[in-house]
Amino acid sequence: MSEVKKIATRDSYGNALVELAQNGADDLVVLDADLAGATKTGIFKKAYPDRHFNCGIAECNMVGVAAGLSTMGLVPFASSFAMFAAGRAFEQIRNSVGYPHLNVKIAATHGGISVGEDGASHQCCEDFALMRSIPGMIVMCPSDDVEAKAAVKAAYAYEGPVYVRFGRLAVPVFHDAARFSFEIGKGEQLTEGNDVAIIATGLMVNEALIAAESLKAQGIHARVINICTIKPLDEELVLKAARECGKVITCEEHSIIGGLGEAVAALLSEKCPTRLRRVGVNDEFGHSGPAAALLKQFGLSAEHIEQVAKEMLNG
Amino acid sequence: MTEELKLDLKKKACQVRMGIIESTHGAKAGHPGGSLSAAEMFTYLYNKELRVDPKAPRDPNRDRFVLSKGHTAPGLYAALAYRGFFPVADLPTLRHIDSYLQGHPNMNTVPGVDMSTGSLGQGISAAAGMAKGAKYLGKDINVYTLLGDGEIAEGEVWEAMLFAAHYHLDNFCMIVDLNGLQIDGRTCDVMNTAPVDEKAKAFGFHVVEINGHDFDEIERAFAEFHACAHKPTCILMHTTKGKGVSFMENQAGWHGKAPNDEEYKQAMGELNAAMAELEAAK
Repeated sequence: MSEVKKIATRDSYGNALVELAQNGADDLVVLDADLAGATKTGIFKKAYPDRHFNCGIAECNMVGVAAGLSTMGLVPFASSFAMFAAGRAFEQIRNSVGYPHLNVKIAATHGGISVGEDGASHQCCEDFALMRSIPGMIVMCPSDDVEAKAAVKAAYAYEGPVYVRFGRLAVPVFHDAARFSFEIGKGEQLTEGNDVAIIATGLMVNEALIAAESLKAQGIHARVINICTIKPLDEELVLKAARECGKVITCEEHSIIGGLGEAVAALLSEKCPTRLRRVGVNDEFGHSGPAAALLKQFGLSAEHIEQVAKEMLNG
Repeated sequence: MTEELKLDLKKKACQVRMGIIESTHGAKAGHPGGSLSAAEMFTYLYNKELRVDPKAPRDPNRDRFVLSKGHTAPGLYAALAYRGFFPVADLPTLRHIDSYLQGHPNMNTVPGVDMSTGSLGQGISAAAGMAKGAKYLGKDINVYTLLGDGEIAEGEVWEAMLFAAHYHLDNFCMIVDLNGLQIDGRTCDVMNTAPVDEKAKAFGFHVVEINGHDFDEIERAFAEFHACAHKPTCILMHTTKGKGVSFMENQAGWHGKAPNDEEYKQAMGELNAAMAELEAAK
């Protein structure tokens, strides 16, 4: 059996930008803050150098420049690491993009602790919380290459502010591009099962699939749901899963505060109280280390999801 | 500039000052001080400098103005209203719960406002983006932005200046209102931003220093802006905060306070007298 193909969603982002430009997105421009090599906007820069504006290490200004460009009829994608885009430039995104509801796409790479060796200063586990809190902001976190490219294209086609998080780590491509369709705000049920619902986003979707496979071998049927669009949440899909499974686990490479887990918890508390466990980063900072080892250490793994599922079923 | 035109601009600036007093009195809040100091600049921009049309406020080829010191919205609104972007009669609804005249400029509710601002330091970045966008699109569009001398303590201002100089945005004109006062007192005491001229030069700007209440000097500054190629322009205008209303002049306390009924009467009395004098000069 051939090895599963692995691609970092930041690479998908850079490639999707080029594909957009090749397919008539003449109003697309790309901004970066001295990280074009890492965010992969460098791929776009190589193909379309006159449409890539480096803003230097000045993320706040970059977001404002993007806002200004959008008022001129252009569609800017502004990129940096999640920490410096959603984090440092939060108020610029809130006041210069969100409040006027401008057509700006904040495309942040290096989200979560899988940033790895750089350590806590660069491991952003707060971006969903920050971006979700802005009225009118679309928040997405694609799970693999196929979905990431589709999310970039959907973000471009959508008129309004969008935040998309991509990862540094190469992750398995489990979607079949030929049969894949994507819509902002629509989740995706990946497995059949009524014993427990595992609702995941980003690289945790693949971990959820592995956990479900292992549980299945033990006679437990988990319903895995992929939520790429964290805001607006696909309420219908989540509520259906909660009603039919009775137990819900959320999984995200983000703080358990303010992200997918809390979005699901809020929805269920109001509309369908259901037993819930949140798998995520437990209100703590990360640290340096290899990405795979960190994910395991922080419980962002198939093994931990499986353990939580069993605890819920036994309790 | 002909004496006739200058007289006309002076009257229009006096009207803008009346609009500032009317609106802040109507709001029972707002920022008259820094609005009054920039009254001549608002007037010149909207009557002489900007290629804008009140009948087509969203014309994609118009010049852009971004009020980076967004709290001086009363000055901008008065200039826009008297230029015909919306009814002058609406000015006193400023900051009312059902008014489109938000406390700080809102591009989606106020005709003629090119960018939503209010959080200091951010407007200049958006303006730089507009100037870069115009260049990228090959359009002959100039972008102007007005900042306060207290505002330029924000680091983002200097990020935006680096950007404008780096990309040779000679269609970008930043104007700094050096009225010397901010909320907590004198700018030189709160956080000294001087010497702004040397800093702006070092950041790659063509710098013009003027008296911001003198229309001849304002005209000269913009002529220099138009003549300057390959680099952005920074107009430093020395002004008096609260200019035109005797008890507001040079008082930091009038940065963000509205005139009560009695103060309103006195202010309008002074401005009406100034207007009568200008009318008589004709």
